[in-house]
Amino acid sequence: MIVDGSEKSLKDFLDDLPPVDQVGVEARATMLATRSIKTTSKAWAIDMAISMVDLTTLEGADTPGKVKALCAKAVRPDPTDLTVPSVGAICVYNDMVKVARAELDLIGGKHIPVAAVSTAFPSGRASMEVKKQDTLDALNAGATEIDMVIDRGAFLAGKISQVFEEIKIIKELCGNKAHLKVIFETGELVTYDNVRKASFIAMLAGADFIKTSTGKVAPAATAPVVLVMLEAVRDYFALTGLKIGVKPAGGIRTTKDAIKQLVLVNETAGPDWLTPSLFRIGASALLNDLLMQRMKMRTGHYASANYVTMD
Amino acid sequence: MSEFEYASAPESKEIAKIAASYDLFIGGKFVKAKKGKSFDTINPATEEVLAKIAYADKLDIDLAVKTARSAYTKIWSKMPAKERGKYLYRIARILQERAREFAVVETLDNGKPIRESRDTDIPLAAAHFFYHAGWADKLEYAGVGSKPKALGVVGQIIPWNFPLLMLSWKIAPALAAGNTVVLKPAETTPLTALLFAEVCQQAGLPDGVVNIITGDGITGAALVNHPDINKIAFTGSTEVGKAIARSIAATNKSATLELGGKAANIVFEDAAFDEAVEGIVNGIFFNQGHVCCAGSRLLLQENIADEVVEKLKKRMSLIRVGDPMDKNTDLGAINSAEQLKRIKEISNTGDAEGAQRWSAECKLPTKGFWMAPTIFTGVSQAHRIAREEIFGPVLSVLTFRTPAEAIEKANNTMYGLSAGIWSDKGSKILWAAQKLKAGVIWSNTFNKFDPASPFGGYKESGWGREGGRHGLAGYLTSESKVKK
Amino acid sequence: MSRIDVHKTYKLFIAGAFPRSESGRVYEVKGADKKFLANPAMASRKDLRESVVAAKNSYLGWSNATSFNRGQILYRIAEIMQGRSEQFVSEICALEGLSSKAAAAQVEEAIDTWVWYSGWCDKLSSVTGSLNQVSGPFYNFTTPESLGVIAVFAENKPSLLGAVRTLAPIIAGGNTAILIASENYPLPAITLGEVLSTSDLPAGVVNILTGKTSELSPWVGSHMEIDGIDAAGLSKKQEEELKLLGAENLKRIHRFTPINHPERILSFMEQKTVWHPIGI
Repeated sequence: MIVDGSEKSLKDFLDDLPPVDQVGVEARATMLATRSIKTTSKAWAIDMAISMVDLTTLEGADTPGKVKALCAKAVRPDPTDLTVPSVGAICVYNDMVKVARAELDLIGGKHIPVAAVSTAFPSGRASMEVKKQDTLDALNAGATEIDMVIDRGAFLAGKISQVFEEIKIIKELCGNKAHLKVIFETGELVTYDNVRKASFIAMLAGADFIKTSTGKVAPAATAPVVLVMLEAVRDYFALTGLKIGVKPAGGIRTTKDAIKQLVLVNETAGPDWLTPSLFRIGASALLNDLLMQRMKMRTGHYASANYVTMD
Repeated sequence: MSEFEYASAPESKEIAKIAASYDLFIGGKFVKAKKGKSFDTINPATEEVLAKIAYADKLDIDLAVKTARSAYTKIWSKMPAKERGKYLYRIARILQERAREFAVVETLDNGKPIRESRDTDIPLAAAHFFYHAGWADKLEYAGVGSKPKALGVVGQIIPWNFPLLMLSWKIAPALAAGNTVVLKPAETTPLTALLFAEVCQQAGLPDGVVNIITGDGITGAALVNHPDINKIAFTGSTEVGKAIARSIAATNKSATLELGGKAANIVFEDAAFDEAVEGIVNGIFFNQGHVCCAGSRLLLQENIADEVVEKLKKRMSLIRVGDPMDKNTDLGAINSAEQLKRIKEISNTGDAEGAQRWSAECKLPTKGFWMAPTIFTGVSQAHRIAREEIFGPVLSVLTFRTPAEAIEKANNTMYGLSAGIWSDKGSKILWAAQKLKAGVIWSNTFNKFDPASPFGGYKESGWGREGGRHGLAGYLTSESKVKK
Repeated sequence: MSRIDVHKTYKLFIAGAFPRSESGRVYEVKGADKKFLANPAMASRKDLRESVVAAKNSYLGWSNATSFNRGQILYRIAEIMQGRSEQFVSEICALEGLSSKAAAAQVEEAIDTWVWYSGWCDKLSSVTGSLNQVSGPFYNFTTPESLGVIAVFAENKPSLLGAVRTLAPIIAGGNTAILIASENYPLPAITLGEVLSTSDLPAGVVNILTGKTSELSPWVGSHMEIDGIDAAGLSKKQEEELKLLGAENLKRIHRFTPINHPERILSFMEQKTVWHPIGI
């Protein structure tokens, strides 16, 4: 056990982390964005990115119909081309988990997990009782991935152990049934130092994945934020031998954006992380752009949005 | 292992229209060298000959200086300052327009990665002309008195590591201040200077204001010794710098010398490690380490040394060495066979003197001149690799126990060009910055350059500054200095 | 019988003390009337070496002193000189053959020169440094910093003013100095040493040698611990020889028009540029 969960042991651990220099980390991310990916690698990267997408709908207006349509897309992103892999997961609010699970099972998507956002997503402002119940509801409905939010208020108020405890409790609820992704809402943590600290709090408390954002706050999954999180999982692996996944979410809309993310993974955490079990991209619009780029690569001409499905 | 190997993404050579041969650029025209001698410039990544270059000797230099003198007295010194400035603006714009072409030619001739020539050399060169263009009609604010005057004809000699950028560091302030120039690019990298001659033509720059003569060290020495030169501006080795200082001892010539370095890059225990590692890599592997201000001596606080070296080795394994024209290449070719030999020679003393060598595993091309990124650990101040400028991708790692010891070791050199400090503690950074005997201190960053930022060294790293108001002053007369 | 005057023995000024030359040599200095005036020490290369050691030892303290403190001390030198004016006037009259009015004018100008450079001490970086507007998230500033040990060949004449206007800017910038007095008119420079020793100036910041310029000059030129030279008192040929030797460690060697000018300070300073990122 690296920390015993006490405020002091956590604080000591976090204080030992090296600081992050904003200008330096942004310069590194900018440099990596100049990597040029061509031909075979690009085809490979597009398919990898598709299989990493957590296809997401998190709207007040979500209906069973909308969720079912999304499930169809998740299983067969391009109905005209069955070589396209299915996505990494479906991500919904907990009341939609049941619908999603049933639909996926029905249409040949048994292998696709359903992820539920949890713990009073997106703000995280509720009692612990409510957060626990929120999680239990999702688990009971068949979610095998839980995307919880941390209590940013507690984090910013310096109540580090409270943040740690909440993650630990939710992790215990997940048990063997579900993977836990911990969302920081990096746009509210603001500094890279905070992102690094939050990453370690979450990993120490048992997160399987660390995730940038809810998608409701901008800025979200910027390249330097993801870079800092990838450095954190790399260092945590060196420390413990455990591989923690990373999930950028929010703001990744184009194939170019997605490939830049893969470059970050490749050159920071390393190629071992280039798998849906260790890297996911939370997105909705991205998938269609990936599909259009894929069509372009196959046909040699630019694709039309009319040829990709709109769900 | 994934299939995520970056396919090579070569920049097209088509844009670079390199002529089979180049003459000297004197008086606004390309003219043949009087004796008709020439030499080859090659692509150090492939050893292919790129072009035949005219070799200038004394007679050619005399013509170039006479032409520059005449352009100075008849045209340039009489032209209103604001008009002079406009020519510099034009040059800056044309460099931007032709940036891609310049980047490709620079990479072919020098061996540096296209990413660096594209993102650093060429944009900075254009920026230098922009910056100095604005000075042309504001010289009375340059801090050398109310009636600053140009010096006259300036002889400029530049190195092969940043060919066009060094040209811009030299020509832009000289012209802005009202001087005319005769510039000699390095023997191994003359192409972008000759391309720049075309830019002068396109800009309509009056004939003779910029003259470009090509050749080797003998050509350079002849330029230095020409009696009608008012100032020498030289960037290159300390050895040659000293020779120039001796050559002009009995003359009225002034000089700016940007010479060698052996910069300490100091990492304190409270540094941002990941960014420090990036800074270390950028400090020594940027431009294959062919940088006078390279952070070639890494000073690590002893209690973090192992951790940082570990991180550094991992990071070095990611450095992509190879075809400079590939947009994904991080480390290109060593500029010449001669330089590679020198790098290897000094590096070998590291082994012989008991330091531990480690090189990143990488496949080096069979043709051309290559060196894997290399570090030596267990280095002490007494090792040759800790004292001599290697000018290649070779880093010496030393340790220190206290901040005072770091400063002592950092300053324990005849050089004083640059230094790096990595720490999260503001007061410590300022303390170290004050104590370090170096002209450029990069704290929590490294190898940053800007036309507005003066650059130049203490001690045997040179005389004077280039860039900023301080650099400009070196091209103007001062009322306090004796005219001999 | 009238009283016999007590004559002064003119000695060197090294590390705050007034030693004779280690060589035991002196040379005769005559007044404008060709009569014997004094036998000042003829410094040797070893005296030079000792002076450089003294200058080097005092460098850290002097260069790190606050500019305010340095300014105070330079002003203190002016104060003490003012009190000794008569002595300087009589030395200058005897040596240079000037009228007492002209000699007094020289002394006054020398005193005012100290005052002028005193005021420069804490304004150098404000006036000649800069905050540079680089394109990028960096704070970037340039500030002048002292060079190290500077040797000064005082102008031959005016004997006092020539020494003061070369010396004052050197120490105003935080350097320490070896003043090689005018060979033919050295006496006011030595008396200046007496002023300096009672002016709160730390020992070794200024060291004063008298003797043969042509003998000392090559040793100054080749001494690797000397960082810069004001060649005011050298002949063209000596300066040329000095520059050849000085190239070995790229000494900053200058010569100025006989005016007070901030560039006399700045030529013996380096401009240091510091970068730091701006971020959170």
